Amino acid sequence: MELFNSESKKIINDPINVNNPISLQVLGICSALAVTIRLDQAIIMTLAVIFVLCSSNVILSLIRDYIPSRVRIVIMLSVIASLVSVVDELLQAYLYDMSKQLSVFVGLIITNCIIMGRAEAFALKNGPSKAFLDGLGNGLGYGMIIIIVSFFRELFGAGTITLPDGGAGYVLFSIPEAWYAAGYENIGLLVLSPGAFFILGLVIWTQREIFGIEEGE
Amino acid sequence: MNFLKKILAESGKLFEKGKPLSFAYPLWEATDTILLSTNSQNKSGPHIRDNMDIKRTMFFVVIALIPCYLFGAYNIGYLHSAAMGISSSILSDFIFGMTYVLPILIVTFIAGAICEITFAVIRKHEINEGFLVSCALIPLTMPPDIPLWQLFIGTSFGIIIGKEIFGGVGTNVFNPALTARAFMYFAFPTKISGEKVWAVGPDGYTGATALSIPANPTEYDTATNLFNQVTQFDFSTLNLFWGLIPGSIGETNKLLVLLGGLFLIYCGIASWRIMIASVLGLVFTAGLFNLLADYSTNAMLTITPLQHILIGSFLFGTVFMASEPVTSTHTNKGRWIYGFMIGMLTVIIRSINPAYPEGVMLAILIMNMFAPLIDYYIVKSNINMRLSRNA
Repeated sequence: MELFNSESKKIINDPINVNNPISLQVLGICSALAVTIRLDQAIIMTLAVIFVLCSSNVILSLIRDYIPSRVRIVIMLSVIASLVSVVDELLQAYLYDMSKQLSVFVGLIITNCIIMGRAEAFALKNGPSKAFLDGLGNGLGYGMIIIIVSFFRELFGAGTITLPDGGAGYVLFSIPEAWYAAGYENIGLLVLSPGAFFILGLVIWTQREIFGIEEGE
Repeated sequence: MNFLKKILAESGKLFEKGKPLSFAYPLWEATDTILLSTNSQNKSGPHIRDNMDIKRTMFFVVIALIPCYLFGAYNIGYLHSAAMGISSSILSDFIFGMTYVLPILIVTFIAGAICEITFAVIRKHEINEGFLVSCALIPLTMPPDIPLWQLFIGTSFGIIIGKEIFGGVGTNVFNPALTARAFMYFAFPTKISGEKVWAVGPDGYTGATALSIPANPTEYDTATNLFNQVTQFDFSTLNLFWGLIPGSIGETNKLLVLLGGLFLIYCGIASWRIMIASVLGLVFTAGLFNLLADYSTNAMLTITPLQHILIGSFLFGTVFMASEPVTSTHTNKGRWIYGFMIGMLTVIIRSINPAYPEGVMLAILIMNMFAPLIDYYIVKSNINMRLSRNA
């Protein structure tokens, strides 16, 4: 099969647009709330999730014919858990500050419903190349939403935009002191979890509006 | 009137379907129905033969709020004169206060109107007068020197998240005015809580509200004694009633709030059951806490029920926000439960949690959320009762 025929394009595009795992299937909300306080955390988290999702999809798809369906959940979990451990060790080795900031949420990728969901719904039924594209698409869809949410949360909640680097993060932009002197204030609510809910809600609203998706469809 | 009619009829043609200005039809429709009474008739049921349409209901609420505005403006000026140590006349106090109240009012209405008109145009419905009431309520719950840009954001949040995303007037779950205030309370806590914001004075001037005094006492004493020790303001029970004390703009004078409440009850807009039930709930809980006060070092527990009613925004919230017809319960039994719970929660949040000296806002929002549930079980139990009677 060719890599970029219309079917594989659809496999990648759908989870980003019309079937987004966070904003339309409303999966993986917990990590979307927890790691979106700063943009650099969201970016690293996205990369971690894309890696785990693609690898687990490919691995499970390769061994799909040998998995007895009665124990498939256990096998899926052990594959995902080992991949997550790999990611966790890598972060601790090369991005120690970031791994401390993300703390348990890297480990909690195991429980991210998107990964189990894709393994169950797609990887066990399709070949490895398709499964890889599906993982990539869903990872990008997940990443798109948490990067948007964290961008607004960090910009208006803390007044900075931080990109990941080897250490504590590279501050790309911060609101000038003169603004604060003139009476500008950060919106403290956005740093709290309810703030993430509000932004996520607005993103969901916008996305449904753009793609014309009504409730119940 | 004919002249007016002619202009509106002529200009109306520009806004009809297919004409260039058709997108702004809601704007024309709103102007038309505010100036002249509408001549469109219901084609299908329900046919309610009453003059109280949404527009009139909303205007009555606004009328009931006007005295609170006038007194609020005077109070700002009065407290300012007292803080600066200057003597001034009632009129100059009032004019000074108006320089604070009017910008707040104007910004709120601009923000509300922008949101409402945008949604009316996008969703192609008529402009609903509901936003007038929300926008009239929001300034009254604000401290006098709230930054106007924060007010703009807060009002837009209240109107959009509190009302429009649920479908507009009549379908909202939360009170939009309180949603706006709650947002600002958590988003910009330094400008809407604490001791610096409630009275206008020289730089660094602090004026604690009555509620924050027993919440953070220097040493434990009963609330009444703590109030009497304050020399900066007169926190005697009588003055708590007359309201020459720091607080949100519209809530300090309890007489005007009560008169507004009576007016709304007389017009049949607000529910007297909710108001009475919430006072009962407050008195019950405050009385209970008074009994427990001996076993605690929390001075908030010693506030008597009467003081609880008079300090803070309890009466204002009960009269104008808890009892509004949309977000409250719709069954009579449910109204009693709903009101009682608001009174209870108010005292609990005030007394037990020192971080939130005022609990009315959160109490009403929490009960807004539970109102449909209360109604559901009231209706269900009624059905079950009738079933068992006739089975």
